[in-house]
Amino acid sequence: MQVYLPIAEVSVNAFLLLGLGGIVGILSGMFGVGGGFLMTPLLFFIGIPPAVAVATEANQIVASSFSGVLAHFKRKTVDLKMGTVLLIGGLVGAAFGVMVFNYLKSQGQVDLLVKLCYVVFLGVIGALMFVESLNAIRKTKKGKPPARKKHNWIHGLPFKMRFRVSGLYISVIPPLIVGVLVGVLAAIMGVGGGFIMVPAMIYLLGMPTKVVVGTSLFQIIFVTAFTTMLHATTNFTVDIVLAVLLLVGGVIGAQIGARIGVLMKAEQLRILLAIMVLVVCGKLALELLLQPAELYSLGAASGH
Amino acid sequence: MRFFTLLTTLLFALPLAAKEEVVLGLSQNEVSITTNFDGSEILIFGAVKREDAIPDGPPLEVIVTVSGPSTPILVRRKEKRFGIWVNIDSVEVDRAPSFYAVTTSAPLGDVLSNVEDQRNQITIPQAIRSVGAPHNIANAASFTDALIRIRLKSDLYQLNEGDVTIEEQTLFRTSVALPSALTEGGYLTRIFLTRGGKVVADYETIIDVRKVGMERWLFTLSRENAFLYGLMSLAIAIAAGWGASAIFSLLRR
Repeated sequence: MQVYLPIAEVSVNAFLLLGLGGIVGILSGMFGVGGGFLMTPLLFFIGIPPAVAVATEANQIVASSFSGVLAHFKRKTVDLKMGTVLLIGGLVGAAFGVMVFNYLKSQGQVDLLVKLCYVVFLGVIGALMFVESLNAIRKTKKGKPPARKKHNWIHGLPFKMRFRVSGLYISVIPPLIVGVLVGVLAAIMGVGGGFIMVPAMIYLLGMPTKVVVGTSLFQIIFVTAFTTMLHATTNFTVDIVLAVLLLVGGVIGAQIGARIGVLMKAEQLRILLAIMVLVVCGKLALELLLQPAELYSLGAASGH
Repeated sequence: MRFFTLLTTLLFALPLAAKEEVVLGLSQNEVSITTNFDGSEILIFGAVKREDAIPDGPPLEVIVTVSGPSTPILVRRKEKRFGIWVNIDSVEVDRAPSFYAVTTSAPLGDVLSNVEDQRNQITIPQAIRSVGAPHNIANAASFTDALIRIRLKSDLYQLNEGDVTIEEQTLFRTSVALPSALTEGGYLTRIFLTRGGKVVADYETIIDVRKVGMERWLFTLSRENAFLYGLMSLAIAIAAGWGASAIFSLLRR
């Protein structure tokens, strides 16, 4: 069944979108990630204009993170204070990100920027996760418990604040910076930034793992909602029909994925995710490195 | 001598030109883009009205063009910089139709002379207007060629030679396939009757392509009331997220 998307102005197969939403949803439920970093490149592949894909994906992430955060609120694993600090940084970053996005769009380099961001971040995260999970598998075979450092340079910074739920007493500067970075990424890449936020919270801020996912989801809702509004009002690129098709598949898939995830070992899950991230990264990198079949591309003229 | 030539031209050409006229029918003069829009085929048929017998000489040929709304287009070219492919040069094409189909009754070279093509702007390169490329770009024509090549590939530009059927030099019919990735606007449809490469009669009409129903409503809302549209997108997202979590926690019990 073909569906004409009113904003993207292309006709796509509805079942393909539902299926994509479902598969990415299953993965995001299994691995506890938003799935934006997989969905946005997939949307490029099926021919959705990049600007529409990025803006619409931000809207879809609002739905999946809202669904996720409700579960975490029930378990009381959301640090609202930390979430608010991250959020302030995130909103500043998102506003800045949309400005950069619009500037590069006018320069004709937005596709390049989005793809470069993907290659760099997916490559780094994928490789780190792959190595880390291989080590973890080796360690569990030897029977050693994983060790973690308790104190680092972060604890020397000023403007300290107490975060009761996380059991932390640290400066507000690092969470603000993390928030800004994730906000910029959310606007440019159409992702929630969970794959950056979660490791940063664990390794940089030293937050306990059980509150990390809920807190990250909490602030992602607001940052992606803000990004959606900015893209909708400045670029007119949010396609509501596309968003609905994706999120129907996505929310159902996420619930199924969560069941599957329980049945698998954490390290195996992480290795699978790492391989998937690296495959997406490799595909995008090849597109930048190999000579494209068509050197020319068409864009709307500024109309002066 | 010159006066004599002029006189004969007037005597012969004028009545000839007025002799044949196009009477046209369309299967539809409106295309509605609905949610399940998947391209559309428009049947164009007509007859040649004439008072006298069919003139001698070269046979009657028919050219049909359908043209979407024109917009300026920026064509960019990639070059390798720092090991990756980056957009470098760009040329603005002043006006290019979003859709353009030329359908003829015989190979284009046989039914239309170059002079007549330029006068009536019939073929695809004629339909695109490009003036004044920046001076720093050497081969500006290659940008227009690329525009045509890309749009030919996605069926947005079409050249269908021999797809018009003519019967008894009087009745003709053809169909034009509109692709699914269609933009809104008035699609100018022109019919040319030619003999020996010269246009002897022409006719114009407009096919209206409009988003309708929900498509129309959403598109208008997203442009004219962007803030409300954004809020609505968010409301749907929140509702879906809450709904999924509620339904699945019910199922779990």
